[in-house]
Amino acid sequence: MVMSQTDAAFSNAEPIEQDVAVSVRGVSKNYGAVEALKDMSLEFPRGQLTSLLGPSGCGKTTLLKIIAGLLKPDTGEITVNGKAVVGPGPNRAFVFQDFALLPWANVMRNVAFGLELRGVAKSEREDKAAKYINDVGLQGFEKAYPHELSGGMRQRVGLARALSVDAKVLLLDEPFSAVDEQTRRKFQEDLLALVANENKTFIFVTHSIEEAVYVSDQIAILLPRPSRVSEIIRPSSFRLKGAENIRRDPEYLDIVDEIWASLRDYVE
Amino acid sequence: MKHRSLYIKILSALLVFGAWEIAGRIPISYAFPTFLESMSALARMTFDGSIFVAYAETLKPLVLGVAISTVFGIGLGLWIGLSERFEWLFSPIFIVMQAAPLAALIPLLVMAYGIGLTSKVFVVCIMAMPVIVLSTSSAVRNTPASMKEMAQSFLAKDYQVVLKVVIPAASPVIFSGLRLGVSAGFIGAILSELKITPTGVGDIITYSRSIADYPSMYAAIFSIILLAVLFLNLLEKIENTLFKGNDRGYVTD
Repeated sequence: MVMSQTDAAFSNAEPIEQDVAVSVRGVSKNYGAVEALKDMSLEFPRGQLTSLLGPSGCGKTTLLKIIAGLLKPDTGEITVNGKAVVGPGPNRAFVFQDFALLPWANVMRNVAFGLELRGVAKSEREDKAAKYINDVGLQGFEKAYPHELSGGMRQRVGLARALSVDAKVLLLDEPFSAVDEQTRRKFQEDLLALVANENKTFIFVTHSIEEAVYVSDQIAILLPRPSRVSEIIRPSSFRLKGAENIRRDPEYLDIVDEIWASLRDYVE
Repeated sequence: MKHRSLYIKILSALLVFGAWEIAGRIPISYAFPTFLESMSALARMTFDGSIFVAYAETLKPLVLGVAISTVFGIGLGLWIGLSERFEWLFSPIFIVMQAAPLAALIPLLVMAYGIGLTSKVFVVCIMAMPVIVLSTSSAVRNTPASMKEMAQSFLAKDYQVVLKVVIPAASPVIFSGLRLGVSAGFIGAILSELKITPTGVGDIITYSRSIADYPSMYAAIFSIILLAVLFLNLLEKIENTLFKGNDRGYVTD
């Protein structure tokens, strides 16, 4: 793995943990003549949040969908907890950018939908869904339909749905890009708490540098043409200082600047 | 609000019937009866039972044809919508069917299947099926991709994707196709009774016209329209009970 050499802060980074939940080895994916991914390798440590950050067209969503098993790579291999990925599996759950809620189903059914597809009995899955509806702060909205909710609440439904199937790996595809700035900040704080409290591995796609640095244990910078992992950053010192202090921590600001400097040339 | 929409409906009916009554009284044509004359003819036919005898005959090809068109139309439409190859195979047939001048084809049908029920059912199906098939298939094809992906990522089997995502998502358009198809089926049923053999309501229309009993003729026409409207309302009720969220719109819109 490549470490940034310019910033002293990075030398404080902890050694990379050996316990890897998801590993991507030599993955390539072409769409016709377009190379979406070329020989990409990455490892995602267990119990941590890794961001995939990069300009549009760098293949970050493609990589996430390959990990989810929704797309097949042309070459290469993905393993989740040591097992090779051949398609969607119970060890991964996906949170979609556009929420992907069923408009004809109320919050309760949407949250329980993953369990419904698995054939869990109605009373059991609704008990479970009710717990996660509470956890994401939507109690009282069980009977509401998606069109009656705000964007932020809709994504909370999407998050509760992903949590309710109790997958060890959570894949989030730009989950906060369709919600407003204030809701987004609240989400980011909640996400930090979620990573701390749930023993899950999070893979988080975003195009926001600040967001990536704020929420991540590890940031993978992806660059386009040809798509590749250009560097991996592991911020460390501000992680323990509390959510409200992160944004004015010098290391946080340095990393944000650093990442922007390396991405600037790739933004049209 | 509910009451106001009811008032508007009544007002609209009054306007149409009033215009009919006035047009009949002028009269715009000797062959055009007033609304009240037509209604009294309808009442007479209702009390002597002749309208029920007629409908027993007309409903046979209508119900059969609409049922066949619904079942096969939605089935084929789903298949065409889900499989690219099937679209190439079947879609042109239904597009041609929809555009074909049916009245010109009826003699061919009669030569092939005689003047009995079979030909009439065919006419109803030719009228009703294409729009059901085409709207079902396009609705299925336009299922939001992220919803299908969502179901797959939560381990839906193929049949679950179809039953729990594709069909509910397509149902509003399927039902609007069904409404159009059923109305076309009503037209087909009457057309077949006018063009093949005069039976049922078609017989009342043909016979009353030949003896210049225009009120009865218009009463028969009015009754078939009334029946079609009632049936379409029933269809809407069915849709609203089957797919409760349909009037709620898409989240991502």
